[in-house]
Amino acid sequence: MTETLPMAGAASNVNAVGLSKNDYRGAPSTLCQGCGHNSISNQIIAAMYEMSVMPEDVIKFSGIGCSSKSPTYFMNRSFGFNSLHGRMPSIATGALFGDARMKGIGVSGDGDSASIGMGQFKHAMRRNVNMVYIVENNGVYGLTKGQFSATAEKGLQLKKQGENPYMPVDICAEALISNATFVARSFAGNPKQVKEILKAAFAHKGIAVLDIISPCVTFNNQENAYHSYAWGKDHEEPLHEISYIAPRNEIMLEREMNEGEIREVSMHDGSVVILKNLEKGYDPTNRTLALQALEEARENNWLLTGLIYVNTSKPTLTDIYNLVDAPLNRLTQADLRPDRAMIDKVNALMF
Amino acid sequence: MNKIVNDFSITVGTKNGSGSSTANNTILRSIFKMGIPVSGKNLFPSNIQGLPTWYTIRVNKDGFIARKETSDIVIAINPDSFAKDLASVAPGGAFFYADDIRQPITRVDIAIYPMPIKAIVKADANIPADFRDLVGNMVYVGILAQMINIDMEAIRAALTFHFKGKQKPIDMNFNALKAGADWAAANLEKKDPFQLEKMNKTEGMIMADGNTAAAIGSVFGGIQFAAWYPITPASSLAEALNDYLPVLRKREDGKHTYAVIQAEDELAALGMAIGAGWSGLRSMTSTSGPGLSLMTEFAGLAYYAEVPVVVWDVQRIGPSTGLPTRTSQGDLTFTYTIGHGDSHSVILLPGDVYECFEFGWKSFDLAERLQTPVFVLSDLDMGMNQWISKPFQYPERPMDRGKVLWEKDLEELKGNWGRYLDKDGDAIPYRTIPGNKNPFSAYFTRGTGHDEYAKYTEDSDIYMKNMERLARKQQTAKQYVPAPVLHANKNATIGIIAYGSTENAIFEAQHQLETEHGIQSEFLRIRAVPFSKEVDAFIEKHDQIFVVEMNRDGQLQQILYIEYPQYAMKFKSVAYHDGLPAAAKWVREGILARYEKAGNGTQKKAAVKKTAAKAASKPKVKKAAVKKSAATSSPKGKSKSAVKSKRK
Ligand SMILES: Cc1ncc(C[n+]2csc(CCOP(=O)(O)OP(=O)(O)O)c2C)c(N)n1
Ligand code: SF4
Ligand SMILES: [Mg+2]
Repeated sequence: MTETLPMAGAASNVNAVGLSKNDYRGAPSTLCQGCGHNSISNQIIAAMYEMSVMPEDVIKFSGIGCSSKSPTYFMNRSFGFNSLHGRMPSIATGALFGDARMKGIGVSGDGDSASIGMGQFKHAMRRNVNMVYIVENNGVYGLTKGQFSATAEKGLQLKKQGENPYMPVDICAEALISNATFVARSFAGNPKQVKEILKAAFAHKGIAVLDIISPCVTFNNQENAYHSYAWGKDHEEPLHEISYIAPRNEIMLEREMNEGEIREVSMHDGSVVILKNLEKGYDPTNRTLALQALEEARENNWLLTGLIYVNTSKPTLTDIYNLVDAPLNRLTQADLRPDRAMIDKVNALMF
Repeated sequence: MNKIVNDFSITVGTKNGSGSSTANNTILRSIFKMGIPVSGKNLFPSNIQGLPTWYTIRVNKDGFIARKETSDIVIAINPDSFAKDLASVAPGGAFFYADDIRQPITRVDIAIYPMPIKAIVKADANIPADFRDLVGNMVYVGILAQMINIDMEAIRAALTFHFKGKQKPIDMNFNALKAGADWAAANLEKKDPFQLEKMNKTEGMIMADGNTAAAIGSVFGGIQFAAWYPITPASSLAEALNDYLPVLRKREDGKHTYAVIQAEDELAALGMAIGAGWSGLRSMTSTSGPGLSLMTEFAGLAYYAEVPVVVWDVQRIGPSTGLPTRTSQGDLTFTYTIGHGDSHSVILLPGDVYECFEFGWKSFDLAERLQTPVFVLSDLDMGMNQWISKPFQYPERPMDRGKVLWEKDLEELKGNWGRYLDKDGDAIPYRTIPGNKNPFSAYFTRGTGHDEYAKYTEDSDIYMKNMERLARKQQTAKQYVPAPVLHANKNATIGIIAYGSTENAIFEAQHQLETEHGIQSEFLRIRAVPFSKEVDAFIEKHDQIFVVEMNRDGQLQQILYIEYPQYAMKFKSVAYHDGLPAAAKWVREGILARYEKAGNGTQKKAAVKKTAAKAASKPKVKKAAVKKSAATSSPKGKSKSAVKSKRK
């Protein structure tokens, strides 16, 4: 069917599946200019285009919030479900059973996932739902106009709210503790890293949690606020430079890197995520170290970014269910309704 | 002595968690096997171990097997409820008790039988010490069997079924039972009139509980996804899915065509079910009142975004945690417009175990046809008790997957479709399903305002037009939902409307009203909301309509007021809410109380036995009575206090 589509741009601007970047765009954004969420949408478009993902193979999900509006602004050709506040995980959990070959991209907010939806968030982790789970984390409720969210730091001052008296929730730590199989943090002000992490997350089988600090320019962008552009730029502490190498590309880059500093993580589809360590030999496959790193960052007021944890050996939710090869939603009565003879068998099972 | 054959009730008083359910089910099943109409109701507390629990059995040769409010035979095993149990025996009844309970027995109007259960069990060297209490339950079954003539072969069949043919437990239990029977034969003299005699009235029938039936029905409906959270009395529905799916949908390659998930709560359960329904799976959840409360926001989303999903509510009594193990029909008005904003639900109301099976598969057809959540309201009595049922019948029609467009369809349409476009004029749009590879297939589902192409909009006109289409869709639903069941009576002077598990009690009450009070009635059992045209016709036809239900506020009656305002005067509420399976007594008394309130002098005449012809010749008087009563009393009136009855 792709041939019948109007193709934007010259042939050279198409990717391996013959699509142009336009095929990955969504409706024009209605979020504030400069909102971190917009830049994340743009990186999703870029990452999917560069990875030559068929939009029809992706389902978009979200909850409610400014962040949760984002799926309208990328990948028009993908099915999407903008659900309820805090309830994206359950909708995605059910929906991904329809056709287990599809991958989910979910966009949530810090209010959506760390407050009202904390329970569902954590249960999606332990079930290893096959989706990229992005939390566009701005420390506030954007859509309801600037209340504190559960990720806001203690002592944060907001216009109408006064001072935040509570300790914050750490999305990555919560994800790790709940047995997420891929945990990363990034910063909307670092688009290149966002894009590479998105690619790695998309290549991961199972749940990939991306806590992306995404400043709300309208309600929480004071210089000293943790979720502002200024603070993020000053305090970002990347664990490594991260690059993603697609499965069939020749892995040339690898050779150029200095062996001692490089860590490779191979994903199920044959792609490789290359982590160029900046300081210490960080091993993202070690859960204890990952928790330690998060704790250390917290103590030092660092915005730790990069791939914090990955485990490629765990089955996804749908794998666990040992489903037939054909998508469940293509099955027909012949597969789903027991034969006529079975009704007698059932009646015989009753007293 | 007078013999009373196949017409009495038995109540066993035990402690919760004492393992008596095997014994009680054995009594129930053996009587069923003897061909005698019978029912068994477990009246249990919300507790795992220790609190008093009762099991009541009703035997009736004429098929009136609703719970009887009086007990002819009482078996007392629990010292804590001994006094109460003794007092509950109807005059002329029989009282069996474990003889290690040393409490005064003052009654002289009943037959008294002590049972040396402990001694009998101890005497059997084959029973291991730690099995004595469990197997001890079988001793009272044996004594009862001997005294009322339960057939030993029927008992063996019941035990074989219960222990799935495993010889060791079958023998151990049967021997204990036999020891009880032998002891009774040698030591007890029959002093009561109650006897069983074989009949052939259950031939070809099965026994099952409604939750199992619902699960099996769902499997025959092609269920592909279920998510649930444990709650009494709904848990056994999902657990039955886990039991029967692997058997009935077994494949040679060992792979699965379904998934059942125990969710973290009911919000997530319905969320997952909606996700799965949206992505094209036959999807359901099952819960009870508290869970349904949690599901409301999602129910509204499914309604507005038009996602097919089935929600079983096995009702228990509320509000709040209420009496968690008691039955009720208290969730009807809540379900009727569940969720905030304007909404109308499609509700199915199974009336017995067979319909739990039938609506198990039909609910999926309806949900996918109408693209809306379908609620099936069962209750604890139907869901958890064993009922006699006709055998399950293979679905008489192929699965209806509704209006779904796949790649080929979209190619033909050249991508020209709108998710919420009313193309056929029946208010049901077409949908596509994730996984469709046609580049025009995708749309964005949301609970926010949307236009016919699923695009976000806050435009007032578009909003209103969409909502009006949804209202029209509810009208379309009328032609698809199950029609009510009419128990017609040409000579009827009153109408009765009811739904769900009250049917047996109503049959019996009708019989009593006719034979003892000369009131003939016609009974319409509603099986779905919205109401189809058969309901219109019934309401138009009758002047006095009694709406019988198990809740405080007359919830069906409230809905009838809304749907038939022009006939509001006709409805008289007979609502009762003791949390126990329906009994003819309150139905009859409730009807009489409201009927008599007419105050037209028919009361005394009606009380005198009247022939059908005489009753039929009364319509003019009755009409006047209706008008008068409507003018002088509120719809609910005093009937509730009037029908209050004492129960232990
Ligand atoms: C059940 C419910 N409660 C409250 C709201 C109101 N509400 C909408 S968005 C939102 C907070 C969104 O915050 P966040 O998830 O951080 O997203 P952001 O707007 O900051 O991107 C709230 C409380 C709602 N939609 N639903
Ligand atoms: S209010 Fe904040 S979060 Fe919402 S769109 Fe504007 S900048 Fe973004
Ligand atoms: Mg936020």
